[in-house]
Amino acid sequence: MSVRRLAAEQPASFAFTPENEAWADRQIAKYPEGRQASAVIPLLWKAQEQAGGWTPEPAIRAVADKLGMAYIRVLEIATFYTMFNLEPVGRHFVQLCGTTPCALRGADKLKEVCHRKIGPERHVTEDGALSWLEVECLGACANAPMVQVNYDYFEDLTPESLEKLLDDLQAGRPVKTGSQIGRQSSAPESGRASLTDPSLYTRKPADAAPAADAEAPRAGAGDAEA
Amino acid sequence: MAKIIVDGTEVDVPAEYTLLQACEVAGVEIPRFCFHERLSIAGNCRMCLVEVKGGPPKPTASCAMAVKDLRPGPNGEPPVVLTKSPMVKKAREGVMEFLLINHPLDCPICDQGGECDLQDQAMAYGVDTSRFAENKRAVEDKYIGPLVRTSMNRCIHCTRCVRFSTEVAGVPDLGAIGRGEDMEITTYLEHAMRSEMQGNVADLCPVGALTHKPYAFHARPWELAKTESIDVMDAVGSNIRIDTRGREVMRILPRVHEGVNEEWISDKTRYVWDGLKTQRLDRPYVRKNGRLVPATWQEAFDTIAAKVKAAAPGRIGAIAGDLASVEEMFALKQLMGKLGSVNLDARQDGAALDPALGRASYVFNPGIAGIEDADAILLIGTDPRHEASIINARLRKRWRAGGLKVALVGERVDLTYPYEYLGAGPETLAELAGNGTFADVLKAAERPLVIVGQGALTRADGAAVLSLAARVAVAVGAVKDGWNGFAVLHTAASRVGALDIGFVPGEGGLGTVAMTNPGAQDVVFLLGADEVDVAPGTFVVYLGTHGDRGAHRADVILPGAAYSEKSGIYVNTEGRPQFANRAAFPPGEAREDWAVLRALSELLGQKLPYDTLFALRAALVQAHPHLGRLDEVEPADPAAVAKLAAVGGTPDKAAFALAVRDFYLTNPIARASAVMAECSSLRLGGAAVAAE
Repeated sequence: MSVRRLAAEQPASFAFTPENEAWADRQIAKYPEGRQASAVIPLLWKAQEQAGGWTPEPAIRAVADKLGMAYIRVLEIATFYTMFNLEPVGRHFVQLCGTTPCALRGADKLKEVCHRKIGPERHVTEDGALSWLEVECLGACANAPMVQVNYDYFEDLTPESLEKLLDDLQAGRPVKTGSQIGRQSSAPESGRASLTDPSLYTRKPADAAPAADAEAPRAGAGDAEA
Repeated sequence: MAKIIVDGTEVDVPAEYTLLQACEVAGVEIPRFCFHERLSIAGNCRMCLVEVKGGPPKPTASCAMAVKDLRPGPNGEPPVVLTKSPMVKKAREGVMEFLLINHPLDCPICDQGGECDLQDQAMAYGVDTSRFAENKRAVEDKYIGPLVRTSMNRCIHCTRCVRFSTEVAGVPDLGAIGRGEDMEITTYLEHAMRSEMQGNVADLCPVGALTHKPYAFHARPWELAKTESIDVMDAVGSNIRIDTRGREVMRILPRVHEGVNEEWISDKTRYVWDGLKTQRLDRPYVRKNGRLVPATWQEAFDTIAAKVKAAAPGRIGAIAGDLASVEEMFALKQLMGKLGSVNLDARQDGAALDPALGRASYVFNPGIAGIEDADAILLIGTDPRHEASIINARLRKRWRAGGLKVALVGERVDLTYPYEYLGAGPETLAELAGNGTFADVLKAAERPLVIVGQGALTRADGAAVLSLAARVAVAVGAVKDGWNGFAVLHTAASRVGALDIGFVPGEGGLGTVAMTNPGAQDVVFLLGADEVDVAPGTFVVYLGTHGDRGAHRADVILPGAAYSEKSGIYVNTEGRPQFANRAAFPPGEAREDWAVLRALSELLGQKLPYDTLFALRAALVQAHPHLGRLDEVEPADPAAVAKLAAVGGTPDKAAFALAVRDFYLTNPIARASAVMAECSSLRLGGAAVAAE
């Protein structure tokens, strides 16, 4: 964490698109009369989406005007939550987890890759495709190290796979989300090591229509992870 | 009521009291930074930690824990609070150490030094060494206006200033951006604060992060003499403390008076002091060949005496200004009486207030504290935010308490709380006397309050408007047993006192307008009256403090004393006589106004019968006993309101104008102040941008 400031260069104005405006009105309608300010975070988030991944100053004012809040109140929120980017970001905004589990599993090497491929933190590449930021734990520790690019997680990274990922993103090639080594969710890397006895998944005779097959444990594991 | 044991002392306190308040009842002092009686509870400084039994097994922030939140003991014993236990001592030392980690050691160059909560409490509750070897946080200073200086390294994040500007002032300019250690107090993109009470944030600041910009590096608190006084910038009568060094006023601070200003004062009250030093009249002047030239007192008096003796009694008049104390107006009235003249007026703006109708017809009957009892408020031709900022803060406080309906007739203004806009002029008011939506609201209210501003009264049909307002008040039941909801909001500090002593035209006498008409008078005395324009041809004697409008027009200038330089009684808008002490001496040859009048009277051959201010005051109190009961509001007979309502008259249709156009420049002292001029231009500049 460090002091976060609004970007020096700001667009002249900001206005929600008609669709986003309608979406915002629906969010506001969720809250009782007089409590419209509760919708400030969804609206700021929508504004950030619309503005290309960052929250420009005019957007802060637009949201404040929409909700009848003082500008400073919305600025407080935009500066408090680090997920509101106050400066422009690349089309693919790479958030690299640098917290302990990822650090132990080689996040430092990934940082070097980012430095080499993209540049310093918060720097946007010339084509506007990439920028990166080290962030705190993103909650995918089992598959460390990992990065989040826009809304997707990319896990089990190595310097090589991250380099390829960044290349693919920059070139606009399709990329595989989730684990990059074919791991299923956050199951052990070498496949399942426990609960392997098939009898666990066969139903007792009392149950009619036994349906124990290979899919069942997989579905169960998926649910548990979700 | 709930019982609680504080350090072994059992006390009985209301259940909703916080532990901190309960400890105070028990006579135990709890250190605090973020807690403030008049602001919401934040609980973020952690300095008020205490140990409780019957609560969580860890130090508890006593400002945020209520007595009723604690469990009784196993056998029903009252909960126990310990404030001197080892746990509390350790907790306080820990909190203090954390607070000091990022606090610079710049007390020697800090304006707050000597009156700093952090300094004091570090002495009392801290440890004497630091274990912190890392770098301290550095924060950029912010621009938040011309009145409050920032030094943000010192900020301890108590958020008192943010809560004040949002809750009390109602202008949410300040906020805390960022988070954690990097939290910073600022305004949106560092624009200037727009509140007319912003100076109070520097008072609230427990450290030196926010200090008074005009006072910066001027003085240290221990070298100042402190004098309790009364403010005259508006008719609220805010209780102030004037700090002087030698004969120079260094700053003005509020004093607590629950009935008047609580503990806030407006920016005009606080920062006007530089106006006391500039443009001062420090010697008499006499106009010779069209030019004002310095003169001796004797010359000046002789010139006046010659003119007065040549004039017929009916052609001598006196107008008292907005800053005059009761004593000097009383002396001037007596002098005029001795000269045989009844041409007196203290209503420079021509407000149609007549003391003959009774006191209830011109005071703020429910009292300022009474606003908190009202449940429906009608504002007529007034902008309380700029005519009496402190009263507006009280109105806002009442609105925040909930269940209040406010409506306004007059010009649309931003009062910081919502109101129903009814209309612009007397026609709307006439409708309220009958049946209307808001008339019904007022009728249904238990304690309706009708506030009449000077904007509604300073017009040709002012008397009719005032009568109509009284009719509305009577019609909606605002005047009844135990509640008189008819309130006149004054803008001039001298006004109620002047009306109390009858400083108005006597039988057949002329008022302000008549006196200032061409050829109406031969000699006019202006007692600090700067808002009038005396027609050419009249010989004008100006007794005042500043080279303002009155002095420019004068033929003889007699230098007087400003409110900080004389002791006197001022009666505020609710009719509360309050005593202002002398904090400094008038500059040069200037003298206290009553003494000037006394000396002049002798030369005019009409010697006033008192040689000391005490004798004058005794005569005043004998004539008007209620003025001797200082700080007591004499309830006015509500029958006067009914009498006023019966006056009748037909108001015309013109909309009500505002009495105060430029909040920062309403009187000669404020007009001489560079700080006020800067505030005024900032405000007008801001308004121009908004209008484009």
